[in-house]
Amino acid sequence: MTKFTKLMGATAMAVTMGSAAFADGHGCVAEGRVSILSNDFAAVNAVSAGAGECQGADFSHNATTEHRDIQVAALTANPAEYTVAVVANSSIVALLNEGLIRPLDDLIAEHAPDIPMNQRITVDGQVVAIAFMANAQHLFYRSDVLEAAGVEPPTTYEEVLAAAEAIRSQGLMENPFITNTAVGWNLGEEFVNMYLGFGGAFFEPGTANPAVNNETGVAALEMMKALAEYSDPDFLTFASNETAAEWEAGNAALGFMWGSRGGPILDDEGSTEEITSTTVLTGAPTVGGGDTPASTLWWDGFTIAANISDADAEASFIAMVHGMRDEVVQANNDAAVWLSPAYVPGPAAAGVAATATTGTKPYPMIPFMGLMHTALGNELAEFMQGEESAEQALADVEAAYIAAATEQGFIQ
Amino acid sequence: MPHKTFMWFILPSALAMFLFIFVPIISVIVQSMYIEHEQVLVEVENCGPFGCTVEVNVDQEAMAQLREEQPLGRFNGLGTYTNRAHLAFTEVGEAWVTSESWGTFLSAVYNLPFYKALAFTLTFTFVVTPLVLFFGLFIALGVNSLPRIFRGPTIFVSLLPMIVTPLVGSLILFWMVDAEGVLGAALQNLFDDNSLSLKASPWLTWIMLMVYGVWSSTPFAFIVFYAGLQTVPEDTLEAASLDGAGRWQKVRYVVFPYVAPLAVFITLIQLMDNFRVFEPIVGFSAQASATSLSWIIFNDLRGGDVQLFGSAAATSVLTICGVAILLTPVLIRTWRDFNRKRV
Repeated sequence: MTKFTKLMGATAMAVTMGSAAFADGHGCVAEGRVSILSNDFAAVNAVSAGAGECQGADFSHNATTEHRDIQVAALTANPAEYTVAVVANSSIVALLNEGLIRPLDDLIAEHAPDIPMNQRITVDGQVVAIAFMANAQHLFYRSDVLEAAGVEPPTTYEEVLAAAEAIRSQGLMENPFITNTAVGWNLGEEFVNMYLGFGGAFFEPGTANPAVNNETGVAALEMMKALAEYSDPDFLTFASNETAAEWEAGNAALGFMWGSRGGPILDDEGSTEEITSTTVLTGAPTVGGGDTPASTLWWDGFTIAANISDADAEASFIAMVHGMRDEVVQANNDAAVWLSPAYVPGPAAAGVAATATTGTKPYPMIPFMGLMHTALGNELAEFMQGEESAEQALADVEAAYIAAATEQGFIQ
Repeated sequence: MPHKTFMWFILPSALAMFLFIFVPIISVIVQSMYIEHEQVLVEVENCGPFGCTVEVNVDQEAMAQLREEQPLGRFNGLGTYTNRAHLAFTEVGEAWVTSESWGTFLSAVYNLPFYKALAFTLTFTFVVTPLVLFFGLFIALGVNSLPRIFRGPTIFVSLLPMIVTPLVGSLILFWMVDAEGVLGAALQNLFDDNSLSLKASPWLTWIMLMVYGVWSSTPFAFIVFYAGLQTVPEDTLEAASLDGAGRWQKVRYVVFPYVAPLAVFITLIQLMDNFRVFEPIVGFSAQASATSLSWIIFNDLRGGDVQLFGSAAATSVLTICGVAILLTPVLIRTWRDFNRKRV
């Protein structure tokens, strides 16, 4: 269903943009190779399609959910297989670690000096990527169910637990809470969110040594376990597709899900009027009395490969900037939370906006964070199943991380 | 055949084996002995849509020089094999010293990723292989005694589990055993337990995976046995009947000896296949409860943003060793039989 919707969206978009390009002629000339590797969702595809309208470009676009697994190999080749890699703040790290993307400062100065500062991703003073959209996990709730249970919309995880208990005890729903806790990346991400909400730090400052086996880590795990008590027993197999489907089927009343799912959930496909009209998107809850919401902020943006000719890099940069111009953002306003000033936030963006403006931390752009994330995703399952203690799970995480980080040369 | 002719005859396949089997294995072994260079870290200021933070980063220029000098990375010998992610010598030794009973020692070892995966892999191999042999022969005998007209369609239907791609087959079953799926809901009704979930309990997950393993591999054993049954001579069977042998006795004393070499062949193939169990774990999203050696390799390469080539290579080599150990008894037996026949 989602795939189909996506396809429909992409077709509709291509049609609108085709006609737009026809109408306004061609304000963009990019002489060279423009080859884009990106994830596959509506907003990214809209930008790529916009880039493809440039005149004179040898254009190709590979939109695949497997993009991060091929990006390093594809950009290591010389000349690189793709001139543009669309990345997020986690996947850019692998490219940065290997030095596969080029600084964009000169290209910005020459072709797009008016790109807002907040869209420029800089590392050590050099712009390495241009972000075009933001994403975050945040709270979804069903106003009708909360009303029936007699509870206010929660703003902290403690209130989420109380609300879930109220819903369950009144027999409204057996498992009212839902989030992405599939073993692997998703489970790791939930810990990252919760741990940052409790104010934790993943590494000893200035080093790659892990620092998660502490009271904060235990508190984060205990909260995840408490929430899992109110989740479907299959929660360790739930990723974003499953949680969105469960939500649309009306099987949950409190959800912690990706903002990018807001649009598809609120639209009139795959669910009933009763569910969509009472679904409210709001900011991520805080936890443990802290001020920082227990979530992470993400951006999606484009980078230009290092191993290509300057002419191709220039063409690619011009095309991508053209792809994220105001008309594209306006035509796809509800497909994402765009960072462009032309964007008008709608109800589907309310959750991400509320999360971004309340001091939520961005996902750490650290070279060894990916290794920590993998260790978390693999080693926490036994604790969530009630087979080992929180301390043991965190000790396992640190040990698994150290083994991987030693192999990668981050720890001696 | 003269030796020279034989050499020319075997050359193309020897060459192909050298290129596509031997060379890659050597490359994997070499890869497993190297790890990445010591990373040169610097503190830098990163800025984005959500503000600036001071974070550590890899010093590109220093690293580029290191990579230029030693493109393979740092030589680590067997270090990767003995680290926590693989054979974990240190951790197992520690567990041995600190554990007061076998129970605590085993649970400490089971907590290590490699041994946890090995436990499932071996259990899967040794449960599924005999069951596949048994059901394969059972179905073959059944189909063989059907009237000719029904045999074709029955064979076709029996082969379906093998025709379906493993990943697709496991995904379909995964949806069926979902709490809202056909099988899952039926089980909940049967046991009158709304919280019963095949995916949530580690034991039920193991059983589910093994049932799937038997389901998907039995057709292979069946078709091999069925082909073998066609070669059992009618005269011998008739003679046995005249001697007053019952159905079971005919199977036991006539059919079994004829299909025994086929059973060895199926065992060989099944041991290899089951030791490399992978697709059902992904298809059933069973990583929380069951991992296998192949899954660990996959996870090293596709689990995160960074690929652990050395670690994946080490697990691959260990898997090859595992297959070799498993097959040795069967191969020794075959070799003995071969020699006996030659004499």
